[in-house]
Amino acid sequence: MLLRHTTAKEIDRKALTINPAKTCQPVGAMYAALGLHGCLPHSHGSQGCCSYHRSALTRHFKEPVMASTSSFSEGSSVFGGSANLVSAIETIFSVYDPEVIAVHTTCLSETIGDDLTQIVSKANEDGKVPAGKKVIFCNTPSYVGTHVTGYANQVSSFVKFFSTATPKKRNVVNLVAGWMEPSDMREIKRIAKEMEARTIMFPDMSDVLDTPLTGHYDMYPKGGTTQADMAATGDSKFSIGIGPYTTEDACIKLENKCKVKFETVEIPIGLKATDKFIMSLSRHANVPVPDSLTAERGRLVDMIADNNKNFYDKRVALFGDPDTLIPLVEFLLTLDMKPVYIVTGTPGKHFDEAMTELLKEKVPEVKFKSGERADMFQMHQWIKQEGVDMLIGNSYGKYIARDENIPFVRLGFPVTDRPGNNFFPYVGYTGATNLLIKIMDAFLEHKDRTCPEEKVELVM
Amino acid sequence: MTDNGLYGFKAEMRSMQIQSITKRQDKITPKQKSMAEYLEGRENQIVTKGVDSHELVGGKPSVAGSVSQRACVFCGSRVVLYPIADALHLVHGPIGCASYTWDIRGALSSGPELHRSSFSTDLREKNIVFGGQDKLYQALHELIDKHHPKAAFVYSTCIVGVIGDDVQSVCKRVQKEKDIPVIAVMAEGFQGSKKDGYKIACDALFSLVGTDESMEVSPLSINILGDFNLAGELWMLEEYYKKMGIQILAPITGDGRVQKVQNAHRAALNVVQCSGSMIHLAKLMKEKYGIPFIKVSYFGIEDMSDALYEVAKFFKDDSVMDKARELVKDQLTTLIPALEPYKRALQGKKAAIYVGGAFKAISLVKALRLIGMKTVIAGTQTGNTEDYRLLKTICDDGCIMVDDSNPVELSEFVKQTGADLFIGGVKERPIAYKLGIGFCDHNHERKLALAGYDGMLNFAKEVYETVTSPVWQFVNKNKE
Repeated sequence: MLLRHTTAKEIDRKALTINPAKTCQPVGAMYAALGLHGCLPHSHGSQGCCSYHRSALTRHFKEPVMASTSSFSEGSSVFGGSANLVSAIETIFSVYDPEVIAVHTTCLSETIGDDLTQIVSKANEDGKVPAGKKVIFCNTPSYVGTHVTGYANQVSSFVKFFSTATPKKRNVVNLVAGWMEPSDMREIKRIAKEMEARTIMFPDMSDVLDTPLTGHYDMYPKGGTTQADMAATGDSKFSIGIGPYTTEDACIKLENKCKVKFETVEIPIGLKATDKFIMSLSRHANVPVPDSLTAERGRLVDMIADNNKNFYDKRVALFGDPDTLIPLVEFLLTLDMKPVYIVTGTPGKHFDEAMTELLKEKVPEVKFKSGERADMFQMHQWIKQEGVDMLIGNSYGKYIARDENIPFVRLGFPVTDRPGNNFFPYVGYTGATNLLIKIMDAFLEHKDRTCPEEKVELVM
Repeated sequence: MTDNGLYGFKAEMRSMQIQSITKRQDKITPKQKSMAEYLEGRENQIVTKGVDSHELVGGKPSVAGSVSQRACVFCGSRVVLYPIADALHLVHGPIGCASYTWDIRGALSSGPELHRSSFSTDLREKNIVFGGQDKLYQALHELIDKHHPKAAFVYSTCIVGVIGDDVQSVCKRVQKEKDIPVIAVMAEGFQGSKKDGYKIACDALFSLVGTDESMEVSPLSINILGDFNLAGELWMLEEYYKKMGIQILAPITGDGRVQKVQNAHRAALNVVQCSGSMIHLAKLMKEKYGIPFIKVSYFGIEDMSDALYEVAKFFKDDSVMDKARELVKDQLTTLIPALEPYKRALQGKKAAIYVGGAFKAISLVKALRLIGMKTVIAGTQTGNTEDYRLLKTICDDGCIMVDDSNPVELSEFVKQTGADLFIGGVKERPIAYKLGIGFCDHNHERKLALAGYDGMLNFAKEVYETVTSPVWQFVNKNKE
């Protein structure tokens, strides 16, 4: 057994994290930065950080991921990384020629106290930034929050550096996209188009991290929110933050800066969350819900009904990011399943409250944990104490799934051992059917392989 | 020659580089121009054999702002030590460094799997302000109580070096209290490149060597340095050496065990592969214990056979040499005909190589030649000037040699040379595919054993499979 060291008896841990359900801020910042058109993310720190984040994103998306690094040396850690960053900016514009450089910090540059505001304005003053180009930045200390925080900080920086209010408001709704797959962003844009709502999505990784194979390598693929669109977000009449953990901060900043009112909704995973998102968009864009979407919803309900006996009372363990877990738990409840263990390494009150709210009556025995030492070791110990019928989470769940022989649905970041997460959406009604089929397949494949011979059934 | 000296030649070198690019391409398109412009400052790190007369210079730090494919000191130490499966590997730092190195290499173990879990002190803001020493001390205790490992490696990351935790004294203290070796691996990321991390890992290993004498040792014993048992490669080598009557005392570090490392000083010979990572340990062991070492490679028929013969030669034992000859003969009798169909299909195809170390690149050039392919790009992340001299003698004219490259450069070179295959690591794979050419992972994510004789056949199959894949016919490479 791969995790033979895990015991059912919970050990008392105060300092140790085992098999984390999170990673550090900069990778989130790097991912978000790729959702801006023509943007090169820049990691202000040691070379390894940049290399690790690029590898992590590449393993997940199976796409080229470009980012540059300040390549800190011993000298820069003593004297500060200012010189490195200024020369990096110069090199990047002359060599890689992006529209925007999005700088994020690392634990190292934060701790030695590099002041990005000062460094970047000096680079601007010294003429290191060519006309029409831009250097933006955000602080992403690895020892605060998680990759989710890093994503949120990067999205906020877009508002800080681009959003501008002109006297004329436009009948446009901003869709501030939380941490989703490119496929999910594409699906949300499709839904908005179906509703004939005028929207601007940011960030937008579709056509960036799901590009076609053409025989050519484009360092800056055609997707991503353009600078012009990003500036125009200040004139929109409303913002919907999709995923509170990753977008609320940006929405608040946009309201403060450009008086654009907002609401945050959960990422539309599952029926109820999709209902809420569509109602929100319908209300704020002042457009009706078209019959086509009502029909999609009906097909989802139909599929749930056809299969409901397979879901009832199934115990599920989940881990991942709060913005994904909250609507996912809600969807599992819609399916009549029982989310019993939920873990996220990302700290935050909203998650704890949402879990209590969703589960206190339906699953009173639920165990959930967020923040420090809310890791997969913890979850595995719970599973050892009382088993589950299904595990949902990123690829790191495969060790537990194998050791405990549990059907496993891969969802979240990173999924390094299966393709398709950037292809098939999980959001919206159609996405919910994709997810439902995935859940069913995992159950039924497992059953077909493990049930006694005489119980093998041809007809479901 | 100092860096300043090189700088003096910069203008001249640059014009040479531009000339060599002009020679490769009859007319300079606007894209080519920007490429030439881009090469400023990197003239010494790119050489076209038969066109350029200057030497390829390795070991230079990457320019700030580059999209380098290189990693950091911590990464270097972590990848070298991680395969020791019955030791604890605790990463002292914020969570990222532990997350990103969690089971990313397929370094197989025949026993314990402790190395495949991720342990971290997960330093938070308050630890950065008040220090992380106490947390480290406590985490070590919690871990050792739970897992009773044979030794513990504590990796210090960038930030630990800056906030000034005294990792070494914590390790000493826990070592005393728990009576197992607790080794501080001082691998702050910013202190150099991945290569410097290898050296630090070697020092850590060296501190274990010579601390136990309890294993049985044959007079014909060797240590294998620098094989990490990716896809079970070490086990194949073990078979070969066993057939020659040779004992592998300590595999360092693939399928590694603490006790074996502790006994490693009693072997007769160190056999070093991937010399970039392990040569330092071999030198230390030679100095202190008088153990000689030889450098080998296990990729390709030629190098693999040389590795066996060199070891046999060392022991000056006719029966060992006879067995080696017999083994090689046996293997080649089946392998050579098995390679034939692949060679026919791949004849004249062109390959681009961008790998970690130069030794691997050299072996790959030879292995590719064996299956009829020509290497048109040969680059590495960490080669030094001396390695490149050797690489150059092996490459054909027209081969572009490059040090510390980046995606823009590499994809440009692929276009110029019309390569059919790219051999590299995780970050190069999707770029190769986007360019519409085959790809072979010769890095730590490979799933097939590529070492040894079986590995050569696997390699030929993998190259064949990807180069001749029907998918490429759907890519229109000529479209601009």
